Amino acid sequence: MSTTTAAPPLFELDHAVVSFRIGSVLASSQLVAVNDVSLRLAAGKPEIFTLAGESGSGKTTLAKVLLGDQATTGGEVRFQGTRVADVIKSRGHTAFMQEVQPVFQNPFETFNPLRHVQEYLFDTALNFKVAKSRREAEEPVDAALRTVGLSLAEVRQRYPHELSGGQLQRVSVARALIPNPKVIIADEPVSMVDASLRMEIVNVFKRLRDDEGVTVIYITHDLATAYYVSDRIAIMLRGHVVESGPVEEVLTDPAHPYARLLKESIPEPVPEDKGAWTRRIELGATEAGEFTRAGCKFAGRCPSVMDRCRVSNPPDFVVGNRLVKCYLYDDEAND
Amino acid sequence: MEPLLRVTDLKAYYRTEAYGVSRTVRAVDGVSFDLYPNEIYGLAGESSCGKTTLIKVISGTVKNPLRIVGGEVRFSADDVEHDLTTMTPDELRRIMRWKRISYVMQGSMSVLNPVRRVLRTFEDIVATHRGITDRKEFRKEMADHVARLGLPAEVLRAFPHQLSGGMRQRVAIALATIFQPNLIIADEPTTALDVVVQRGVLQLIRQIQAETRNTVLLVTHDMAVHANVADRVMIMYAGRIMEEGVTETIFQRPRHPYTKHLIGSLPKIGERSTRASLPGSPPNLADPPAGCRFHPRCPAAMDVCRTVVPEMLQLPDRHRVACHAVAQEEGLPLPRPEPATAGRTAEPSRSEDLS
Repeated sequence: MSTTTAAPPLFELDHAVVSFRIGSVLASSQLVAVNDVSLRLAAGKPEIFTLAGESGSGKTTLAKVLLGDQATTGGEVRFQGTRVADVIKSRGHTAFMQEVQPVFQNPFETFNPLRHVQEYLFDTALNFKVAKSRREAEEPVDAALRTVGLSLAEVRQRYPHELSGGQLQRVSVARALIPNPKVIIADEPVSMVDASLRMEIVNVFKRLRDDEGVTVIYITHDLATAYYVSDRIAIMLRGHVVESGPVEEVLTDPAHPYARLLKESIPEPVPEDKGAWTRRIELGATEAGEFTRAGCKFAGRCPSVMDRCRVSNPPDFVVGNRLVKCYLYDDEAND
Repeated sequence: MEPLLRVTDLKAYYRTEAYGVSRTVRAVDGVSFDLYPNEIYGLAGESSCGKTTLIKVISGTVKNPLRIVGGEVRFSADDVEHDLTTMTPDELRRIMRWKRISYVMQGSMSVLNPVRRVLRTFEDIVATHRGITDRKEFRKEMADHVARLGLPAEVLRAFPHQLSGGMRQRVAIALATIFQPNLIIADEPTTALDVVVQRGVLQLIRQIQAETRNTVLLVTHDMAVHANVADRVMIMYAGRIMEEGVTETIFQRPRHPYTKHLIGSLPKIGERSTRASLPGSPPNLADPPAGCRFHPRCPAAMDVCRTVVPEMLQLPDRHRVACHAVAQEEGLPLPRPEPATAGRTAEPSRSEDLS
């Protein structure tokens, strides 16, 4: 990551923190859903960036922060050099949404079952002033649908239940493309889609990056598709990014013990290799327990835990092209 | 060995009638298979392939508009033998449910009562099926039960929301195994869980199966899970069985084009070559395509596939396939395509003109 780029980065998270108060008024505690996360997406260099992690690791909260729907309680989030909150204040939320568009998890919940799907596409075109009238909107709507391998003729006058999950999810992506955004944030876009249709969504993201120059933030717990599609990956655990870097490096040879456990736990479609996969593992019992733990959040289950892991939270250590939040890579102390 | 459950030519349809328009959805259409004691049997298939309907029949939760139109589901273990399709709801509840056949559902949050401690849910179930005489004794028994499964004792005192997703799912499994049932149906038990938690949950299922030597029917669309957990795998598509075999056979030598695609399209770490997805989408079961139901999406489709339903072909090593192309490879004569004018026409499915 070079620090001297001429243009400000597309997105920059600078020690972002989001914490929630949980419990009753009398016995409340803090839950830090996003804890000191720093990321940088370069401008003019479209990429697919994966945020991976288990449920409750803070990835959806982070997506909301990037979409400007969740204020940070600490740190800064900048879009093209300006704080997201300021962009929304000065230019309006619509102007910000024009650049940053979401795609949600369940395509069957995204669309109203009683409306034709193309209505959403026309609404988006009119709301973002891509077109002045419905007639004028037909062309950009059709163009967006063609980018995802559909066309207006195919989806016109169709209700959501008449399309398959894969097709509907591609319509969702097409809708996000209409305002010509620079970034698409896709939160678990394939987890509700059948296996045989999953690849068609993921392949659309590749095409967006290569042909349309759109940066895609792909949020998922499916590491196999993450490896297939993305350029860089950040692995989250209980609000922290524990390891980040190029996807080939992180997933073929993970450095953080949690990332290693994750990789080992991906079931491979090869029945002969099940020996390692079926070796017994420990699971965290309660979510709140790990969130509020002092020190490294993984210390309770880590095979290489040291005394200081339980006391203080490790900073990011540079390991080649990656950042790893683990004392195992603290060269000064380990020498 | 005697099968624990023998399903013979089962047909279960959804019949609805509204404003004089009747509609039949043939969700399970002529399915036959056996489940044996002491095995993990994997059932794979995408949404709308009929797997949920099949589970409803086996678990005895058939409700209007679902109707069993034909076939039987024979359950036989130790002293009991029943045809599940003819039992009354009351008999099913008294004799089968939870004691003989239990069910682990996808969303464990909907099994556990959110406003009661986990132990209370255990109480509800045990009280219904066996009655509780000594509460202290019962508490100890349940504590032993969860301890045997390797769960911390405090889960019994916790509220469901205090547990992590994986722990909740394991509590649901503990619930399903209180009475040591002969058959445990696990319906997408790990969908929406991340890989580490998924591994922990599936390990528990395997551990229980190895200890009690009962049968687990594991339903998931995730082929990689089947590869690591199941002993045998069955692949369903649009209400019919496409292929069934020992897990190693299915993954090393799949024969049906649909199975080949399911396995071939799986992304793997270490491989980034472009993977294509199958064109089209599963058919509407209210109006399924004639002949082989997979033919509109099949790369190997021939004329005969459009009109004649392929027979289930028995291959060596307990391997079964329903495909004309495989029959041809095996040197069997193909049936003649039926002329398009005869009753069953090869009308293109709705999904075909969409894709």
